[in-house]
Amino acid sequence: MKLRRSMLFLPGANAAMLSTAFVFKPDSIMFDLEDAVSLREKDAARILVFHALQMPIYRESGMETVVRINPLSSPFGMEDLEAVVRAGVDVVRLPKTDTPEDVHQLEAEVERIERACGREVGSTKLMAAIESASGVINAVPIAMASKRLIGIALAAFDYVMDMQTQRGDGSELYYARCAVLHAARFAKIDAFDAVFSDVNDDEGFLKEVDLIKRLGFNGKSLINPRQIELLHNAYAPTDEEVDYSRRVVAAAEDGEKQGLGVISLNGKMIDAPIIEHARMVLRRAAASGTRK
Amino acid sequence: MKIVREALAGTLESSDLMVRIAPRAAGLEIVLQSEVIHQFGAQIEAVARETLEKLGVDAAQVIIEDKGALDCVIRARIQTVVRRAADAWTADWSALA
Repeated sequence: MKLRRSMLFLPGANAAMLSTAFVFKPDSIMFDLEDAVSLREKDAARILVFHALQMPIYRESGMETVVRINPLSSPFGMEDLEAVVRAGVDVVRLPKTDTPEDVHQLEAEVERIERACGREVGSTKLMAAIESASGVINAVPIAMASKRLIGIALAAFDYVMDMQTQRGDGSELYYARCAVLHAARFAKIDAFDAVFSDVNDDEGFLKEVDLIKRLGFNGKSLINPRQIELLHNAYAPTDEEVDYSRRVVAAAEDGEKQGLGVISLNGKMIDAPIIEHARMVLRRAAASGTRK
Repeated sequence: MKIVREALAGTLESSDLMVRIAPRAAGLEIVLQSEVIHQFGAQIEAVARETLEKLGVDAAQVIIEDKGALDCVIRARIQTVVRRAADAWTADWSALA
């Protein structure tokens, strides 16, 4: 089971962070060439990330590497793409995705670079970040735009500006979260929630994690390594959930052997969605451990 | 590649290095300062020299202030400073790997 609970942002121009961030063990590590890099350091960040992606520790750790490139319409996006596809990045994250055409354009350029450098065509995966009202309205066609897409992500800072509001208790993101999530599920890809920027507010962070987990998001973008363990723990099933799930699966297997059409556990009927959910809990527990 | 102007790349933060480059009539002059110069000085200079040679830079003064950078960071900062100081950037990505 591929877990994508935590996606840690790293500023692409920061040599120390790029050299050491693997120790925090996020599920995915995202080198940022866009907003976290000043205009005069775009060239330096691109070259630094090009080399970081080829470090054996990232190649061999099983940690997924993601690079947020600059928009292809900017003076930097195309050269970013040339560098990271050639360096072997796992996933390219496209910022400010407003339409499916944005994804089509990215996919065509990625394929051109793969062919030019001898990389297997199709091996570079994509992720689209939705950061505007237009992106949210087009979430379904964006999510369906390419077989390379592993997920779509909601990015809140630009989105709330576009909506003429600001970050608050989460109600300002309610529609966007639901729209992005439904589009991802319809397209059978992953959905990622926005960053929680107050790194000193663990209580607020966990409240938001509880909400997005219940909604169904696979995970969240993070800007501070401290949030990784909190997030992973919140996503881990409890011992009670694992115990119950084992009993559900055992009862289902028993019922199947006996040819029973309807199965019950402790007097309650167990149907297919409950059995599938129990199997999912057990897969997640096997991949992540149980909650501490 | 010919170095035609002075340029700077990197930072003085831990795990990084700052590289200054300037035009020189002939030959490479590499000046290295590092807190780990006794253990890694020769290695740092070798990485710097190899990176410059791959870019075809054979005449420049290069001043490196190392703060414990990994080899890949050294390569990245030198490639960046050459890009900023060269008359024309002609290296493709395969030459930088």
